[in-house]
Amino acid sequence: MTQWSGYLGLILQGALVTIELTLMGSVLALIMAFLAGIGRVSRFFVIRALATTYIEFFRGTSIFVQLFWAYFVLPFAGLSLTPLQAGVLALGLNVGAYAAEVVRGAILSIGREQYEACTALNLGRWQGMRHVILPQALLVMLPTFGNNAIELLKATSVVSLISLADLTFQAQVVRSQTGSTLMPFVSVLVIYFGLALIISWGIRSLERRMARGLDGVRV
Amino acid sequence: MPAPIIKVDAISKSFGTFKVLDGLSMQVMPGEKLALIGPSGSGKTTILRILMTLEKIDGGHIQIDGEQLYHMERNGRLLPADERHLAKMRQKIGMVFQLFNLFPHKCVMDNVTLAPMLTKGVARPAAEKRAMELLDMVGLADKAKAMPAQLSGGQKQRVAIARALALSPKIMLFDEVTSALDPELVEEVLNVMRKLAAETDMTMLLVTHEMGFAHDFADRVLFFDRGRIVEEGKPDEIFRHPKQERTQGFLKKIIAAGHRV
Repeated sequence: MTQWSGYLGLILQGALVTIELTLMGSVLALIMAFLAGIGRVSRFFVIRALATTYIEFFRGTSIFVQLFWAYFVLPFAGLSLTPLQAGVLALGLNVGAYAAEVVRGAILSIGREQYEACTALNLGRWQGMRHVILPQALLVMLPTFGNNAIELLKATSVVSLISLADLTFQAQVVRSQTGSTLMPFVSVLVIYFGLALIISWGIRSLERRMARGLDGVRV
Repeated sequence: MPAPIIKVDAISKSFGTFKVLDGLSMQVMPGEKLALIGPSGSGKTTILRILMTLEKIDGGHIQIDGEQLYHMERNGRLLPADERHLAKMRQKIGMVFQLFNLFPHKCVMDNVTLAPMLTKGVARPAAEKRAMELLDMVGLADKAKAMPAQLSGGQKQRVAIARALALSPKIMLFDEVTSALDPELVEEVLNVMRKLAAETDMTMLLVTHEMGFAHDFADRVLFFDRGRIVEEGKPDEIFRHPKQERTQGFLKKIIAAGHRV
């Protein structure tokens, strides 16, 4: 029994790494999503082109390959990252590209009349975006952001390929050391599911809080 | 004789192949209350939207308060206005929309104070004090903390009027402000506008289908049809003794539809 608890400890250590990756990756993804998503609706061609290139590139190439580039190829360019840094970079940039389209879609879903009210009140483009459009668009983004965050959580398992000791990696370790397949894989299944539930619940309560006062009425 | 505050000179505007405004010219004197009437598609809403810089013009010139709206004078030459110039010109103009266009995520108070704080750098206490005066004027001082979704259509529109007034524009544009309201809510909005007309010397342009209100409210009525002003005059002349056939036809239809003149 003590032996099992020791192995469970290993798996929980892995879970911590997974949580760390998910949190840091989500922060980077969120930043990239807003930069590229707002960039996509910019008046300036260069900014639009940059944002589009980023989005298409990171959606169009596999996250495995992106991770390998971050970890194995970047050192040739003089940039050596720790496995954690490489993992956060690849996950954040990859998921950020998907989330950028969510940001763009949500911005475009806000009715023309809101933009016109901004013009009539003489708000600058950025003032209107910041105080009128984005706060409303955020509510539209949230459910899909929840999806993206769960995708990111599950994608963290790719970092086991660059020998970062995350949840999936530790499950393999425990399996090879104990010869038991069921125990480690049931544990990681439950832990991933639990983490995903926490994300869903967090996003839903955020949504509820932000929708307060709007009463479901969106003009 | 004072100079006109709005001078529209031969402007044209097309949406695709549809010519909405066709060489339209008009002048408005400071403090004048103008009613713009006419069938839908006649260009009356478009001219308001153009004055608010919500639509671009294809040709012609507009002067607001002695300055070009869509052009900048540089070394005696007229250049297309940049965003900075437009922002400066917009300070003189406010607009109230048919569908209110309130910010649904902000309470009534924040709807009214947002623009003065952002565009004029008014400090929050001063902005809120002014907002309370305006909300009081439109009879909604007790709704300052309410969200737009909790208000009736008439209340929303009164908030929208207060919001536009908070920037102290010289010119107010009202675009069919009662058309989206339930009949019993129309009067509360019209009352606010009567009060506004009586208590301020703002220039007001009103696009409306409320002929009775236009008659009492306006100093001058313009009848629009097919992108041109077909007839204009004092309310009594237009409503009681229209000269043009098209004006007569339009008014007949409106009366047949049950509107009071």
